Amino acid sequence: MIAPQARYEHPYVVRLCHWLSAISLSVMIGSGIEIFRAFPSFGAKIPQHDLVEVPSWLAFGGWLGGALQLHLTFMWLFAGSGALYVIYQIWSRNYRQVLFARPDVRGVWPVLRHYFFFGPKPRVVESYNPLQKLAYTTAIVLGMLSVLTGVALYKPVQFQWLVWLLGGFQWVRFEHFVAMIGLLSFIPGHVVMVAIHGWSNFASMFSGWKSEA
Amino acid sequence: MSRREVLKLSPLALASVLLADRVREPVVEAGLRFSDWISARQFGATRLAETFADTQLTPFGTFPYNYYDVLDPEVDLESWTLSVEGDVARPGEYTLDQIKSLPHITQNTRHICIEGWDVIGNFSGVRISDFLELIGASPAARFIEVECADDYYTSIDMNAARHPQSLLCYEMYGKPLDAGHGAPLRLQMPTKLGYKQAKYLVTFRVSNVLGPRRGYWEDLGYSWYGGV
Repeated sequence: MIAPQARYEHPYVVRLCHWLSAISLSVMIGSGIEIFRAFPSFGAKIPQHDLVEVPSWLAFGGWLGGALQLHLTFMWLFAGSGALYVIYQIWSRNYRQVLFARPDVRGVWPVLRHYFFFGPKPRVVESYNPLQKLAYTTAIVLGMLSVLTGVALYKPVQFQWLVWLLGGFQWVRFEHFVAMIGLLSFIPGHVVMVAIHGWSNFASMFSGWKSEA
Repeated sequence: MSRREVLKLSPLALASVLLADRVREPVVEAGLRFSDWISARQFGATRLAETFADTQLTPFGTFPYNYYDVLDPEVDLESWTLSVEGDVARPGEYTLDQIKSLPHITQNTRHICIEGWDVIGNFSGVRISDFLELIGASPAARFIEVECADDYYTSIDMNAARHPQSLLCYEMYGKPLDAGHGAPLRLQMPTKLGYKQAKYLVTFRVSNVLGPRRGYWEDLGYSWYGGV
């Protein structure tokens, strides 16, 4: 059922890419954690100083080989859906809705004040408020960083210029890890905000349509 | 209209069948083969791995001994020979001195483990490509399969084997290989991950078809290509 003032919010490609990314990112994070458990450090092998002890229930794949099979399969889906999304947004010129730009800087604090400190609700004239644009843009940049550092980790000899640019092999592992933590921390905020904004908003990522009521 | 829009996403629901082992296993095996295929196509046959100054070497004492079964399979170095089989003009037993008669190469290169750690080591030996010439390997052969004294085994593609930095290595840090590092002969290829650097070589087979035994870890689920 669509309310009379329904609005077509999300084109098909955007919805498809959103859910493909959601699925593949979950698998990438879970299997990445299992891979990290094989050497949970960014330093020397001898002596090895583990950074953290990651519990096994957070990890996908059962063992290093199983996790790598998942990682090396779903990486194509993750990078592919990300690339399709970016290309589509540029082609359709919709990127301006989500790309955080200089004029948005001033609007971030009023939104934060409204969410966290009971400030007045800022008037939003665009599809997304400045804080949302900042969050989405950051997530997309982190996705790109995870792919770029992933390429360098997967083929450090074939792409040694990339490893060099990123500071060296163990640095690339660290940056890949940081990109993952960034994406991981985006998810709870995203899910909470979706929950607050109700069913119609959530459903629009499936149907494309959002009722204005 | 709304229902049709939702239905357009229904192929995504197929993803849930991946939760079943019977579906997921063939899918990820195909994914791994696809990644290997792309890796082989992208490999630069003449692209050299970075080499390092002696000051950048990981000290010999902290170069890890990695093994899957026993650290020292007690190879009798006096009677050791390398058995050469397969698509070669001159099969048979090769002594270490015969191998050492080929041009001697020394290089400081990075050794990367699939687990994520890396070390820089000093390796000496002869080029696999020179050895292939010595034994008269068929130019059409596509693979090298090796077997080891500790029952480890692996196989590599000919492009990587013929890479100018791919060695049959018999010295590390200027000394003959010790038992833990694979005495008397091991593979050392800076374009491959550590599990491809088989130690304690006993059999060297040149072939055109890969048998069912592709490698110890590879048969358990690691990438066959294992290239970096």
